[in-house]
Amino acid sequence: MAWSRFFRRARWDAERARELEAHLQIEIDEHLARGMAPDQARWAARRKLGNVLRIREEIYTMNTLAVVDTVWQDLRYGARLLRRNPAFTAVALLSLMLGIGANTAIFQLLDAVRLRSLPVKDPSQLVEVRLAGTAPRAGNVITRYAQLTNPQWERLRADQQAFSSMLAWAPMRLNLASGGEIRYAQAIFVSGNFFEMLGVSAARGRLLATADDQRGCNSRAAVISHAFWQREYGGNPAIVGRPIRLENHALDIVGVAPEGFYGVEVGRMFDVAVPICSGAELGGDSGMLDDNFICWLSTMGRLRPGWSVERATAYLQTISPTLFRETASPRLDPEQIEASEKFRLEAVPRGGGFSSLRTRYEAPLWLLLGLSTLVLLVACANLANLLLARAGTRAREMAVRLATGASRGRIVRQLLSESLLLAAIGTLLGAMLARAISAALVSFLSTGRDPLSVPIALDWRVLGFTAATAVATTILFGLAPALRATSAPLESVMRTSSRGLTASRGRFGWQRALVVAQVALSLVMVTVALLFALSLRNLTGVDTGFSVDNLVVADIDFGGLAVPADRRLRLQRELLDGVRSIPGVTSAAQVSFVPFGGWSSRDEVRMEERPQHQLPASMNDVSARYFETMRTPLVAGRDFGDRDASGSPTVVIVNQTFARRYLGGTSAIGQRIQMRTGPRQWSTAEIVGLVNDTTYDDLREPFQPIVYRAAAQERDPSSDLRVVLRSGLPLAGVRSAVTKMAARHNSEITLSFRAFPTMMRETLLRDWLMATLSGFFGVLAILLASIGLYGVMAYMVASRRNEIGIRLALGADRHSIIRMVMREAILLVSVGLGLGALLATMASNAAKAMLFGLAPTDPLALVAAIAILAATGAAATIIPALRAGRLQPTSALRED
Amino acid sequence: MPKRGSAAREGELLRGTLDLLILKTLVLGPAHGHTIAHAIEHRSDEVLQVEYGSLYPALHRLEARRWIASFWGTSENNRRARYYRLTPLGRRQVVHQESRWDALVRAINLIVKPATE
Repeated sequence: MAWSRFFRRARWDAERARELEAHLQIEIDEHLARGMAPDQARWAARRKLGNVLRIREEIYTMNTLAVVDTVWQDLRYGARLLRRNPAFTAVALLSLMLGIGANTAIFQLLDAVRLRSLPVKDPSQLVEVRLAGTAPRAGNVITRYAQLTNPQWERLRADQQAFSSMLAWAPMRLNLASGGEIRYAQAIFVSGNFFEMLGVSAARGRLLATADDQRGCNSRAAVISHAFWQREYGGNPAIVGRPIRLENHALDIVGVAPEGFYGVEVGRMFDVAVPICSGAELGGDSGMLDDNFICWLSTMGRLRPGWSVERATAYLQTISPTLFRETASPRLDPEQIEASEKFRLEAVPRGGGFSSLRTRYEAPLWLLLGLSTLVLLVACANLANLLLARAGTRAREMAVRLATGASRGRIVRQLLSESLLLAAIGTLLGAMLARAISAALVSFLSTGRDPLSVPIALDWRVLGFTAATAVATTILFGLAPALRATSAPLESVMRTSSRGLTASRGRFGWQRALVVAQVALSLVMVTVALLFALSLRNLTGVDTGFSVDNLVVADIDFGGLAVPADRRLRLQRELLDGVRSIPGVTSAAQVSFVPFGGWSSRDEVRMEERPQHQLPASMNDVSARYFETMRTPLVAGRDFGDRDASGSPTVVIVNQTFARRYLGGTSAIGQRIQMRTGPRQWSTAEIVGLVNDTTYDDLREPFQPIVYRAAAQERDPSSDLRVVLRSGLPLAGVRSAVTKMAARHNSEITLSFRAFPTMMRETLLRDWLMATLSGFFGVLAILLASIGLYGVMAYMVASRRNEIGIRLALGADRHSIIRMVMREAILLVSVGLGLGALLATMASNAAKAMLFGLAPTDPLALVAAIAILAATGAAATIIPALRAGRLQPTSALRED
Repeated sequence: MPKRGSAAREGELLRGTLDLLILKTLVLGPAHGHTIAHAIEHRSDEVLQVEYGSLYPALHRLEARRWIASFWGTSENNRRARYYRLTPLGRRQVVHQESRWDALVRAINLIVKPATE
């Protein structure tokens, strides 16, 4: 079939019409020539030719793709019908849109953090080289995926034979501002061959090369990401050669990475990439390159052709003992050195990239995907119900059309097109919604200090899958009316379609089953939502032992001033006094580890009289008035004070859990403990105070034994201090006042601020996410289920008008009618709730690991969910029931 | 595509035959629909009656296969009429269709008149 003729079929038809007209004329001429009367001639010619229109139609259909033509017709007709039933259309499209949108959005996220490969050359060959097992690394682990120290990395690179090339990298935040308040860039330290090995080429200028990553770092090269180029420099084409200041050191921008390249960590976008050799200057510790105590690099290798991951692992095992023996840090205890010599390297596939998001959010996302699938199922059930209800009202239309000569196939095709139209529009809307939802989710999980950037692409696979579900549902249930209408004997449909005395149960079978399913699935979702809400309530209600309102944490860094170690304590003290003197600051104190700050220090202490028992404890260094600032009551003894300085006897304060667990019932005050100060070196301290228990780092943990050292007695003071302060000022006021105060000391001091309540909330992001989303899904499910229930009950009442009319005419009480309708609804809802309770119990078990402070069998959520659904069910039924009760028997019986 | 189902099989045979008859008629020269019908009727001693309802769709089909081409001309009695003529492709088809027809006739004869063979 030629397309040209398809598109010109109207012209062809006109041509045929003219040809046939000419034919008639010739025939008439002939008849006239034979002497026929003109009228008769015309009539005879026409009769001979037959039905001109039919000939034209036959030729016309030869010219057309019949399917295309009728489908187009059907779609137009379907669209008209949808427009004329706006309520039906709106509910159907909304259900599909929300179901498809939520599903697609969550799958997109899951796909981005879990399933997709890095957008680099041959990601399947990439493996991570890491320590096997979960034995804790000794030393200072300072970056997110750190596995090796720089000397270890250099040895590994030089010695290994399993990989055609290897790269190392480490994420770190670097300060862009040269004084005052800190402005962080998300930096990655990379080995010189990083970009080359990943097969990435520059969008501008050049990327880093091996020559840039040599000791001394003479090229001072930095590469910025495409996004950073756009954001910070407005995409300035003259970017190459511009200087960039990081941690107060000048580097040169040598090029821009290609758009969309985010490094090897999924979920985060780097701003600037600098060579590893610059770590000594920028990394915050001059020993970054040579000190085997500082573990900060993670490494990737590209497998040589023919090498499998297993073979690479086996090979790495053989080179591990030498590597770790020769790179043992002298700062470790002999036992720790011995332990580290047992470390073995292994290779694990890393084509999907590194991702801390994956570990944190994979399980929640799978659960959310499950929930959103349930939403989609409920939405489809709802749609099916709507279509079935419409089928009833359209049975007569179908019968009329069949009676006037439409073929069964034609009617089925038309109903199919209507359903497809619904599914297509719903899928389209859902796809648009999915984008918005994923973006909203990412920004929800993103925080100012830890910005996330998840590369989300509309996932055609999942969109296809959800769309297929929607299409299948709509077709399956959209077809039902057609099949019913075309299978029943015509005259019976015509006769009974609106005048059945009682509707048979069979007619409602499907709809009732669907409502039961909707109620059951909704119960599952509402139960899970309530579980997460309860869990979140438990978490936010945890007694932390301090009060967070109006608390601000200020990080003050004077590393740029090169203050000698012996004068740091004094500067710390001066800065702290400066903060305390700010009007509006009620109290302030120095602290090294703030709760929820993300960092912690665990160590072992021992009692002086029992040195063989090592007692694990969490450590913290605080100044005087810390407990006052945090509003943690001192139970016994005293706070640190001015007399506790570097020369005076070492003192500590412990919390109640420490006293209870390690000191038995004896009074803590005056007891002496020993703390580690170096390899096999211990120093003795006297306990001078006992404070209430507080959360150390994680809200989910029970109280830990904590030892507070006096910050003023620190032997190796750092060139920064962290101040926690309570004030009535707003955060912005605190910021400017503290920044001004620091600038009076020196303008190169850098600062950053965090509001304590925000920090605390950010540790609960996952829980907020689960509670919010599952709650949203739950509400959606209830809404859909009530619409479904309402629809079925309303339809049932409508089709039993005659029956109800007769009952009323025969003297039935209106209340008994209402009861009859309600009974029906109660039956459906109870069956649904029964089934749902079973499913909900299974679902709660799946969510157990993510819940806090709830017994696995906590019945509160289930009971509350049942109550909520029962109430909404009753509300959805009451209107149809009342309408049934108000029915006028005369009008009900007279109708039709 | 035929809508009136049961006639399809029979129609197929007739339609094929009609195509051959049209082609054979056009071998003599271009003609319009009316003439073609008359020619077929006349040359078959009025045995074959051509249904116009089948003739025009058949002409259209043949034209779609590019076996015949059409043009507007003037008829014997000065009427505008659509003329059809054989294309080179159509001429080859005449030969092909004829041999198919012969094979068909032989085959049918084998069954209808076995004794005379």
